Amino acid sequence: MTEKLRCDACPVMCYIADGQTGACDRYANQGGRIVRGDPLTVLDRTIAAGGEVSPFLGAWDGALVPDADRFVTAIGAGTTYPDYKPAPFIVSREVEGAELVTVVTEAIFSYCGVKVKIDTDRHLGPETAVVRARGEAVGHVTTAEYGSQMLSLGGVGHLTGASKAEGRVTCETLMALCNRAPVTLTIDGGSEVVVAAGRPPVVDGREEARMRVGCGSATIGMFAAQWQGLVDEVVVVDDHITGVVSEHQAGKVIGWPDTGIRIRGRRSTPGRYFQVARPGLGWGGTDVEDPLTILAPWEARRGARPGLSLLMVSTTGEQHGYYVLDDALVPVPQPLPPALAASVARIEENCEPALCTVLFMGGAGGSLRAGVTENPVALTRAVRQGTAHVTCGGAPVYVWPGGGITLMVDVTTVPEGSFGAVPTPAIVAPLEFTLRRDDYAALGGHMAAIRSVADVLAQGGEYAAASRVLGAPDARFPGERG
Amino acid sequence: MSASARLLPDGRRLHLHHGPIDIVLEAFGPDAAEARARAVARFAGVLEALVAELPALRARARPGTTFAGTVARRMQTAVAPHRSVFVTPMAAVAGAVADELLAAMAGLDLSRAYVNNGGDVALHLAPRACLAVALAQAGARVEIAAESGVRGVATSGWRGRSQSRGIADAVTVLGATAAAADAAATLIANAVDLPDHPAIDRRPARVVKADSDLLDLPVTVGVGPLSAAETARALDAGADVAAGMAKRGLILGAALFLNGQRRIVGRVPVTGALVHA
Repeated sequence: MTEKLRCDACPVMCYIADGQTGACDRYANQGGRIVRGDPLTVLDRTIAAGGEVSPFLGAWDGALVPDADRFVTAIGAGTTYPDYKPAPFIVSREVEGAELVTVVTEAIFSYCGVKVKIDTDRHLGPETAVVRARGEAVGHVTTAEYGSQMLSLGGVGHLTGASKAEGRVTCETLMALCNRAPVTLTIDGGSEVVVAAGRPPVVDGREEARMRVGCGSATIGMFAAQWQGLVDEVVVVDDHITGVVSEHQAGKVIGWPDTGIRIRGRRSTPGRYFQVARPGLGWGGTDVEDPLTILAPWEARRGARPGLSLLMVSTTGEQHGYYVLDDALVPVPQPLPPALAASVARIEENCEPALCTVLFMGGAGGSLRAGVTENPVALTRAVRQGTAHVTCGGAPVYVWPGGGITLMVDVTTVPEGSFGAVPTPAIVAPLEFTLRRDDYAALGGHMAAIRSVADVLAQGGEYAAASRVLGAPDARFPGERG
Repeated sequence: MSASARLLPDGRRLHLHHGPIDIVLEAFGPDAAEARARAVARFAGVLEALVAELPALRARARPGTTFAGTVARRMQTAVAPHRSVFVTPMAAVAGAVADELLAAMAGLDLSRAYVNNGGDVALHLAPRACLAVALAQAGARVEIAAESGVRGVATSGWRGRSQSRGIADAVTVLGATAAAADAAATLIANAVDLPDHPAIDRRPARVVKADSDLLDLPVTVGVGPLSAAETARALDAGADVAAGMAKRGLILGAALFLNGQRRIVGRVPVTGALVHA
């Protein structure tokens, strides 16, 4: 009789004999060792129900699951654990498949654009400045977000409301950005930036590596305790809020003594300064190349003394300098002591990789809805009520509240090459509405146009109408069999 | 390994997992997001509460036992009417967990919702709403209408994850709750049987699974070739038990499958590819 093992993978704590599995069918005793079998086959089978976006199934497979290892199960080569026996009564797929209709359209968006988030502290250009591609205005700089500059591109004004050249270039720019291609944009009074969805931005020829860990003040707050005892003063240089540890609340609470430092710029609250320099491509999003330029003469009566040490660092840790005051209380550059190098590295380590994010945003208008139903507003209502589910190339979308079907989608979640254009100019994007067959009939759906997936695969998808109407896989409707 | 919840890539269905529990649920209607949030909140601690009372839940059901957990009480309630045969509250565990999560969504504005716990499904249907549930048999579906009173669908069979004392390929039961359907499906599947038939391979439950609540009762591990007449006899035995349950109001309907044959008890609105009996 072999020994039973107690599995501690979950609270059930099954006793498992050799060759058996626990209650979960996932963990097994294999030769006196608890091993994990296929962790998520149950889920794999339900994920397969995602196949209702069948036109993209081929290109889509696997990409549906963010972490690919859920498909590559631990059962694979190298273990003798018996083949997984699927739980036979997982019926979500069928529940899902039954009675669902997916309406697939190639939607033409005259009203659309992209919102671009560029992870950088560098000043790319003033708010509302015009953004150009190949010299044509395609959008503008909009209000900044956390650690990021934001661009708003496209929109009907640039697509159709201006010159023909501007409309054409805007359309090409949007299509390229949506298909994740790199696009060079110039900002009036600012920088040139190369944007590609999911890639780091390239600002004036320099690739941005990381987002800052926080503003200068936040950085002081995070690291004050780590600096204490290693250095007499720390300044975190930042275009938004430059922080000074000896004056900052985070320094005060741990008893940091005054140093007599003086910062040029507008003091907000103790140890926090606005506008220490002009925005630019230097330290911490300022135009500063030599950080000492933001300092005014030191004050001996407030603690400045020869030999006092100073660390100046940017919000990403990419720039840093170490100084010691001479007899005239002037900072003199010195090599960075190893202990401080570690804290600078810590700032760098805490910065996330900088990326460009592109969200496509568009509104589904009357003509598109008519391709889905004879009573267009019924589709809008169905989306609003949650009976019709909207996807873009199978990817989840955010549908804006309010009128119309205005949606946003992260273009990196849409299969590559999904976006096209027509000479209108307008962007063509995949759009699917999935709803129950009876709900579809109730909102005036084109019931006669419903085809089975098998039929579409066999006959191909002719563009007979603006939309193709497909039955969901596995859903067998009356009259389809045989 | 702690409880996990994640939205499946379609953005609508929620997958909840903890130890042996795998649930896929979906809610339809204005409050769908809130329904998911409530289900996630309720799921936390469900397994721990069951484990805390596991020894009693694995013991043969008897009157007078009181359980602290709400899921455990659902299990006890579901198996109580069947105490004349050997049954433990574990026979209703999957359905009871499904019912519990569905109950967490009560009062929300939902047209439909389902909580599918490994094939044992709890349903919410607003008036006139309807949901199609596929049976384990390929192509066969059951249309559940709100007016039918069916709010639970459960399936049992010896090839399933839980042990069975019978030989049914699948027994699908429609009940007023998922827990009631779960317990009934287990017992009806046990009854689809040919005692002492040489083609049926049985082992003591604990030899198959060391922790089994069925102790040393024989469970089915293999079914050899059966004649059409033998198949019919086994199905009839199960159908008798199902009919008795339907008469007592314990179930609303049952569909029994074995070896290409089937029996339908009560009202089971099956559509699709069923074998012609």
